[in-house]
Amino acid sequence: MANLPQDVGREAVQAKGWFKAHRWLLLRRASQLGIIALFLAGPLLDIWIVKGNLAYSYTLDVLPLTDPYVLLQALVGGVIPEAVAIVGVAIVLAFYSLVGGRVYCSWVCPVNMITDAAAWLRRKLGIRGTSHASRSTRFWILGATFLLSAITGSIVWELVNPVSITLRAILFGVGLAWILILAIFLFDLLVARDGWCGHYCPVGAFYSLLSTWAPLRVVAANREACDDCMDCFNVCPEPQVIKPALKGAAKGIGPVIQANQCTNCGRCIDVCAEEVFRFGNRYSTDPGIDTKPKPVDQVQPTSS
Amino acid sequence: MAESDSKSRGMNRRQFLSTTLKTVCSVGLMGVGLGFYAQRANSLPPMAIRPPGALPEEDFLSACIRCGLCVRDCPYDILFLGQLGDDIPTGSPYFIARTGPCEMCEDIPCVKACPTNALDHSLTNIEDARMGLAVVVDQETCIAFQGLRCEVCFNVCPIRGKAITLDMQHNVRSGKHALFIPVVHSEACTGCGLCEKACILEKAAIKVFPRDLAKGELGQHYRFGWKEKEKAGKALVTPDVEHQYNLPEGVRYELQGEGLIIEKKAEAPPQDSPFSSNPLDTLNRKNKEPN
Repeated sequence: MANLPQDVGREAVQAKGWFKAHRWLLLRRASQLGIIALFLAGPLLDIWIVKGNLAYSYTLDVLPLTDPYVLLQALVGGVIPEAVAIVGVAIVLAFYSLVGGRVYCSWVCPVNMITDAAAWLRRKLGIRGTSHASRSTRFWILGATFLLSAITGSIVWELVNPVSITLRAILFGVGLAWILILAIFLFDLLVARDGWCGHYCPVGAFYSLLSTWAPLRVVAANREACDDCMDCFNVCPEPQVIKPALKGAAKGIGPVIQANQCTNCGRCIDVCAEEVFRFGNRYSTDPGIDTKPKPVDQVQPTSS
Repeated sequence: MAESDSKSRGMNRRQFLSTTLKTVCSVGLMGVGLGFYAQRANSLPPMAIRPPGALPEEDFLSACIRCGLCVRDCPYDILFLGQLGDDIPTGSPYFIARTGPCEMCEDIPCVKACPTNALDHSLTNIEDARMGLAVVVDQETCIAFQGLRCEVCFNVCPIRGKAITLDMQHNVRSGKHALFIPVVHSEACTGCGLCEKACILEKAAIKVFPRDLAKGELGQHYRFGWKEKEKAGKALVTPDVEHQYNLPEGVRYELQGEGLIIEKKAEAPPQDSPFSSNPLDTLNRKNKEPN
């Protein structure tokens, strides 16, 4: 029954129609491109809504937003920032603690569009080979970037950070940034599946820490409808997060995807023809929404 | 971890240690590489100047989060962010004086925009900014040194008459003209670069350099006798004896450059001059006597 990676979403399109099978993808692209457009409207059209970039931005001359990761590196390097920067960090931390830190990765980060494109092409071309680096490498890199900031007293990671370099290339001039972007694309396409975002990016690692307690989660609410087509595993950039929620019923694991690496991208919801997944909250396991699937679990043996 | 997660439960200690060690080693290697790269990549070329109020370079690089707000708030659009492949640390702001100098806004919007104090908010008077120091680097091409009247750098200087003055010197070549030599004073120069931009040469003879590159430093033990004397209000060694020239009466010698002064001249009654009061006569006489 398992589908080939190149056929991801085919059944969903047949069952739900193209738009419903791409709903979250389209929304995410709108969000990612919309953010870039907002930043670009200033310099290109002289419409100043947002100034700056993802490290720090100032919206409508009232709302500061600061990237907590870069500011933390500065703090480690011994910097005392202005009050606006701290307010900006507080707002960002609050937001991502609610919706999930890695929403930054799938709904905001411009590199995501590049690595998604590489993953799509990888599926279409049927490239199977992948390097077997550990997905926890990114956390070691995250630690290393803080260590480097502390030792050198400068924000070393920003010299090479593809996330900020990519957006800065779009907003402030490309330079040789396209080489880095192309390198990441080719790496993800040919060397490792979900290579950059899934294994190495310390920005994603940092934001996944914010995901740990976030209430907004993808829930495999209808998991007994799963027909093992593997589409969600094939499309998911962090497939290891799905298994416990989708297949854990027997072990008594709830249907909520609890792993903090889940980016809340919603592609699993899109590509599932059986409509197993939906957005819910992390407490679904306890009383609330989970009441629906749980009785079915218990009923199943008797009814079948 | 898709595969390794399921495996990890069955993974024995040796496997766990070896994968962890492998990861730690490769990340460590990356870290060392990045550290060395940072050392090289964090050096700023001398023609790139930081915006006003920038902390000393090392502190600046730890404080600047590369957001580009200073770039956006500069009304003259002179600031750029270092791009990958430039010599400038990636994403950090700079300007090039020759093509776009700092116009020294009184409200200093770039500093106000900075969220991390990498551009020091205690800078409120733009004339206190010390972005660099203008230096007349090439006396061989600066046309003021050739005896031509240029003075463009002197005139465009926003702290006119203080940061750059014109030092009058004797023109040895013509023998009778003055040289108006531009002299930069480091206690007033902000390093804005307007002089470098305005220099009329193909390549500027006056350039803004980072202060620590441009400034010399006197040995700590050095003392200038005349300054110490001024401070103390008297000579600190044996009292000076006023020097006396042995000169005929009515003649004295001026040490500061005028030389011999014959005071009698002033008293001398106006005898009939060898020169006619009509300047035309003088001209005509010169034409007759070629020399």
